[in-house]
Amino acid sequence: MSNIAQKQEKIAVSGDEAAAYAMKVIEPDVVAAYPITPQTEIVMNFSQFVADGEVTTEMIPVESEHSAMSACVGSAASGARTMTATSANGLALMWEVLYIASSTRLPIVMPVVNRALSAPINIHCDHSDSMGARDAGWIQMYCENAQEVYEKLILAIRIGELEDVRLPVMVCQDGFITSHAVEALEPFAKEDVQKFIGSYSVPYSLLDVDNPVTFGPLDLQDYYFEHKRQQSEAMSRAYQQIPEIVKEFKNTFGSEYDFLELYRMEDAETAVIALGSTAGTAKNTIDGLREQGRKVGLVKMNFVRPFPAEELRSALSPLKAVGILDRAESFSNQGGPLFSEIRAAMYSSGQRPPIADYIYGLGGRDMTPGLIEEVFRDLDKVAKTGKVEQSVHYIGVR
Amino acid sequence: MKDLLEIRWHGRGGQGAKTSTQVLAETAMYQGYDIQAFPEYGPERGGAPMKAYNRISTHPIVIHSGVESPNMVVVIDPSLLEIVDVTQGLPDDGILLVNTDSKPEEIRRQLKFEKGTVGTVDATTIALETLKQPMPNLPMLGALLKANPVVSIDDLEASVRHKFEKKIGEEKTKANLDGVRRAYEEVVLE
Repeated sequence: MSNIAQKQEKIAVSGDEAAAYAMKVIEPDVVAAYPITPQTEIVMNFSQFVADGEVTTEMIPVESEHSAMSACVGSAASGARTMTATSANGLALMWEVLYIASSTRLPIVMPVVNRALSAPINIHCDHSDSMGARDAGWIQMYCENAQEVYEKLILAIRIGELEDVRLPVMVCQDGFITSHAVEALEPFAKEDVQKFIGSYSVPYSLLDVDNPVTFGPLDLQDYYFEHKRQQSEAMSRAYQQIPEIVKEFKNTFGSEYDFLELYRMEDAETAVIALGSTAGTAKNTIDGLREQGRKVGLVKMNFVRPFPAEELRSALSPLKAVGILDRAESFSNQGGPLFSEIRAAMYSSGQRPPIADYIYGLGGRDMTPGLIEEVFRDLDKVAKTGKVEQSVHYIGVR
Repeated sequence: MKDLLEIRWHGRGGQGAKTSTQVLAETAMYQGYDIQAFPEYGPERGGAPMKAYNRISTHPIVIHSGVESPNMVVVIDPSLLEIVDVTQGLPDDGILLVNTDSKPEEIRRQLKFEKGTVGTVDATTIALETLKQPMPNLPMLGALLKANPVVSIDDLEASVRHKFEKKIGEEKTKANLDGVRRAYEEVVLE
C-alpha cells in the first residue's frame, strides 16, 4: 500500500466546494458556466480560484446554460480540456447541446447537482434532471458524499478522455443533501492528480489551420446511422475499459469505484438498489437491521451509463426479493427509470428474483432510515410469497 | 461522548446558525471526529425561522437524512420559542440551550420540557457588549461546550482564529472569542 498517493490534511467542505476543489487540481483549460441553485457554489468557488490566479483556466461567463454547453463544445473540439457544471432547469436548457457534445465525441466533464425540475418550482434534490438525460450519450456517475464528488470528478476526466471512448461525463451529487452539507474531505496533491489524468490531446483540432477539419456537418441517410453506431460502440468500449481505469485509480488513490458497490451482500436475501446520498442512509439502516439478524444488503450504483447490466444480474440473481429506490418519476405507469432498466436487464437472467419499485424523495422529501426499513419490511413479504403484489410504491408521500 | 452526537440549531436566516454548525464541525474534525454540518433550507430569506444540524461521531458518518431525535437543541433566537416546537424529538436525557435572559426553570415551565437539562444564557447581551453586534451565534457555541464538552473551549478558540482571523482581522476575532468565553462561563444549566 506504500505507493498509494498521500492524502493532504483534511478540510471541512460542502459537496459543491469539493467539486470546485477537484476542478482546481484538475485545472481544466476552459470552464464555461452559468450559475443555478444548488450548483452555484461550484461556479462561485472556482471563479474565485481563477480570479486569485490559483489556476490558469480560462473562465467564460455566459448568459445561459445553452450557451455554456455550446461554448464547451467549441472549446473541447479545439483541443482544450473543458468543464462546466449545472442543475435541473439549467441541464434542461442544455438539452440539445448535450447530444451534440456526445455525438461529436467531446469528453467534457460536468458536475451535475441533482435538483427537481419545475413545475412547481423546487430547488431541492431529486434525479429527474439527470435521469431525463440518460439517453443523451453521456457517461453518468453518482456520488454518495463530498469525498466521492471530489474523487469521481478526477476519475471522470480519465474515463471520458480514453482514446477509444471520447465521451462526455456527468458526475452527479444530490442537491443540498450533498452539495450544501459540510463534511470532511481528504484532498489529493495536485501533482498526483495531474500525473493520473495526464495531458489532453485530440486527434483533430478545430484550431489546427494547417489540417482543417469540419465538426458537426450535415450527415443524412448515407452516414448518420454509421456515426450513431460508432457512438454506441464508444459507450460499450467505455464499459469494457472503465474497470482498468478504476483499478489504476485504486492503486493510485486508494478508493475503489467499480460499477457497483456491494454492501453486506455476501449472504443477503433481500436488497435495495440506490444512487447517491441515499446509499449512505441505506448502509446505516442496513447495519441496524443486521444487528437484528435480518439478512439485508445494498447495491449502490456508481455508474448508470454505461449501464452495468451484467454486474447487476450477477449481484441480484441469488436474492429472494429486490427493491429499487427511484428518486425520479418517468410517468410511464411502469415505475421509475432505474426500475424499468434494472427489471429489463434481469429478464435475460436465468434466475429472476421478484423486483419492486419504491419511488421516494421527489423535490427533496427526506429519505429517512424509517422509510428504508419500511421498504425492507415490504420486501420480506415479497420474499416470503415470491410474488410482487404491487410493483410500484410511493414512499414518504402523503 | 456517546458514539454519535446530534445537534439541532434553531435560528433566523442571517443570524449565523449555519456558521456555528460549521465552526463546531471543523473543530471536531481537527480532534479526529467525523462530522456533518448542514442547514435545512426552505425559501431562504433574512429573518425567517431556519434550522441547521450537526453530527459528530467517533465512527464514519454515512447517514444523509435529517436529524430526527437530536441529543441537543440550541435556540439562537428566543422569539422562536413561541412559534417553533423546539423540543420536538428531544429525548428525556436531552439538553436544551436557549439564548434568553430568562432562567432555566422559566423556560422549562414555558415549554413543558420536564426531564433533561435546560441551559440559558443571555447571548445577545454578551454579543452586544463584546462584538458590538447582535450576533449571538458564536456565544451559543461557548454555552454548548459547557453543556457538552465534545471539544475543549481552547480547541474551539484555535479553530475560530484559524477560520476568521484572515477574513475579519485580529480585533474582531478577539471580540468574537471574548463572547464565546463569556457565554461558556455565564451559561446556567439546570
